Amino acid sequence: MTAVELAGITKRFPGVVANHDIHLSVRKGTVHALVGENGAGKSTLMKILYGMQKPDEGTIAVDGQQVAFSSPADAIARGIGMVHQHFMLADNLTVLENVVLGSEKLYGIGAKARRKIKELSERYGLDVRPDLLVEELGVAARQRVEILKVLYRGATTLILDEPTAVLVPQEVDALFANLRELKSEGLSVIFISHKLGEVLSVADEITVIRRGTTVGTAVPSETTPRQLAEMMVGSELPTPETAESTVTDRPVISVDKLHLAAPGGKALLDDISFTIHAGEVLGIAGVEGNGQTELVDALIGLRTADSGTIRLADEEITAWPTRRRREQGIGYIPEDRHRHGLLLEAPLWENRILGHVTEKPLAKGVWLDPKAAQEDTRRIVEAYDVRTPGIDVTAASLSGGNQQKLIVGREMSHKPRFLIAAHPTRGVDVGAQAAIWDHIREARREGLAVLLISADLDELIGLSDTLRVIYNGKLVADADPATITPEELGSAMTGAVTGHLAHDETAEETPETPAKAPEPSESPEDEAR
Amino acid sequence: MKKFDKERVLLAVAGPVIALAVAFVLSAIVLIASGKSPVEPFALMFEQLSFSDIQVLIINQASMYYIAALAVAIGFRMNLFNIGVDGQYQLGAMMAAIVGAHMNLPAALQIPLLLLTAVLTGAFWSGIAGVLKVTRGVSEVVATIMLNAIATSVIAYLWLPDVFGVKVGNNNTTGEMYESGWIPGIPMGAAGEIYGLVLLAVLLGIGYWVVLNRTRFGFDLRASGASQTAAAASGVDPKRMVLSAMLISGGIAGLAGLPILLGDTHTYSLNFPTGIGFLGIGIALLGRNSPVGIAFAALLWAWLDKASPELDFHGYDKEIAVIMQGLIVLSVVVSYEAVREWGLRRQQRRVGAELAAGHVLGAQNTKEVAGR
Repeated sequence: MTAVELAGITKRFPGVVANHDIHLSVRKGTVHALVGENGAGKSTLMKILYGMQKPDEGTIAVDGQQVAFSSPADAIARGIGMVHQHFMLADNLTVLENVVLGSEKLYGIGAKARRKIKELSERYGLDVRPDLLVEELGVAARQRVEILKVLYRGATTLILDEPTAVLVPQEVDALFANLRELKSEGLSVIFISHKLGEVLSVADEITVIRRGTTVGTAVPSETTPRQLAEMMVGSELPTPETAESTVTDRPVISVDKLHLAAPGGKALLDDISFTIHAGEVLGIAGVEGNGQTELVDALIGLRTADSGTIRLADEEITAWPTRRRREQGIGYIPEDRHRHGLLLEAPLWENRILGHVTEKPLAKGVWLDPKAAQEDTRRIVEAYDVRTPGIDVTAASLSGGNQQKLIVGREMSHKPRFLIAAHPTRGVDVGAQAAIWDHIREARREGLAVLLISADLDELIGLSDTLRVIYNGKLVADADPATITPEELGSAMTGAVTGHLAHDETAEETPETPAKAPEPSESPEDEAR
Repeated sequence: MKKFDKERVLLAVAGPVIALAVAFVLSAIVLIASGKSPVEPFALMFEQLSFSDIQVLIINQASMYYIAALAVAIGFRMNLFNIGVDGQYQLGAMMAAIVGAHMNLPAALQIPLLLLTAVLTGAFWSGIAGVLKVTRGVSEVVATIMLNAIATSVIAYLWLPDVFGVKVGNNNTTGEMYESGWIPGIPMGAAGEIYGLVLLAVLLGIGYWVVLNRTRFGFDLRASGASQTAAAASGVDPKRMVLSAMLISGGIAGLAGLPILLGDTHTYSLNFPTGIGFLGIGIALLGRNSPVGIAFAALLWAWLDKASPELDFHGYDKEIAVIMQGLIVLSVVVSYEAVREWGLRRQQRRVGAELAAGHVLGAQNTKEVAGR
């Protein structure tokens, strides 16, 4: 029994075919994964299924009946719900208020609605408490609220757009447990993801999209991540080279007893000390919200620490403003590129200037040099393979991966001594991810010191020379990336283990994740190609 | 990439054109509703455009609107709303009038002195709001509105006979300025004179463009307006930027009354034009904060002002021009936002299209190399 069947879907935008002859068939009571590179056409397809776009050709059938959606409301009425990648919740309202918002007619806004929420929460094990304020919830809980919101509106087919991008491994496992609960109740889930390991562990069926068309389906039990990646990229992947250590004994950045307290007195950063040497990548693992953002802000100069010192080579920079730090060779790949890394409505070449307005070749004295800036932008676009028709288009019109490549190119262009890389490949497709890793590795060979913060544990382990775990504003543990596994790192991130993490050969694998436990060789190199 | 440039021009023009068209139609509806011809008033007003004396009036009026709107636009470019331009230009003009009536230097010194007085007065007044915002977090909107009210009282105080005031009949003035501070106009024969300081307005417009688009400071200012968070991460000191923008905005605002002061009235009296600062807000909006756009908007506004009195002679109410100005501002806000979003989406689609068609910047170049 199929829940949703898309047949021969074609969608043309003026001059371009975004979707071409797509076939997708989702069986009832299954998790169906949709994988493909950024820009392959996944979002367009989901927009069509969710009624935000109309297909030019092809048919959509829900429960065997042909339907035509002209708005998301039509799709919701037929039981299709979408959980967006970026949560659409009002922080200052309670969970209950968020859930009923816009659907007040269903069960009212009072006791009946609360009962319904509790019932749904229990039935699917979502653990949602209706009277908490959303701002008090963590990322994973917010996601469950989003899922509940969709269920509340009567969805029987859920579309989840990159749901694991913001979660740590334990939370991912919990989410997958929720999804299994959903499908056992007969609901269907369409699961969009880049992370092939996850797709293989949770999906019952996989459809791969490449360049706007379906290139095939796969059954997880008979597929390896590598085969899947090859299907996505459409070619055989090159084997990764083994990275040798380039760490020197020359300290580039030394942080000593950094302390930062929130207005209420709670310590956001507590006694943070570390040194990164030239040619070293220091990876910081941690559940989001444990002080990573504050650490980055203190290093780039957006926040001033209450006490402690920061030294760049032999100079103390604790009191330096952001601009001076950047001029003196601190590169910055921000966690949230839209908020901190780009002017979305400005052309690419102006974005090239952002953060380096005082530096050559962009400025001469107080004057800008737009010609030189444009020329240098062209160079970056070519060297870093930023896919764009030109440098006059706005940054907003590029895909996330290409925006990120532009930022990486920009920061590398000023020969930084120290690079802060916060989630450098978040939301970036496989091809761009590998390119960004290559650029970081190359700069590291030339003596760059890197602070790497990432939620992608494979990335952390594969790229770092040294690993530290941050928990509650403290660096609580360290580990050797050569031997540690993502699971061991994950448990340290919850604060359960401290001190030096030695790989324990006898440790049993957690029962929920036997299928996806990556072998030590499954470093980012593997995942990427 | 000419394609995207043309696109930008199209988008820049589409907003105002749609807004104006909507405003015209709505004004026509107002006229019909009041039982009058929806066409004739416009025909009359257009006819006024052909008279050279009206043209001179329009240009003179527009020069003041232009300067006031530039002052507002500087704030807008970094998301600051300086509503206080009105108080700033009135105080600036009054201080210049007082200095001009009590000091008598040679013209080559007197005129720069008067300009400087106006700039410093305006900057001082807006600077109060700037300091409050930077040190205490007071919204500049509230502070500048309050400062407008205070400016009115300060002006009333300065007009007192035992302060700087000179009574001429029933009128409060600041006394006649010395002639060394008068700026001769550009004679246009029977049509009158164009104020000499119209040239200042033009220079300010050019300066505005150059500073914003060709200097580091201008880039930081625009970046702060486009994204405060990204600007801070790029190394802009947000507080310093707020204060600088406020001071510059106020300094320019201080100049807005000078074309008429130094070119015509030579005293600051009860008859001195008021409300230019508020009109400047609408004009800056309509002109999309661009120096050329603001020039057109200022001329349009001045035309509506100067051509509408004629309507009274033909049985129409000249207030139709005010209704029209209001409708323009309303439709501008709506149409610009719509056009902006439409433009962004359109560009995203077109970039997608170009990429799918293989028009990638790097690829193009390699093709060229291969071709050689």
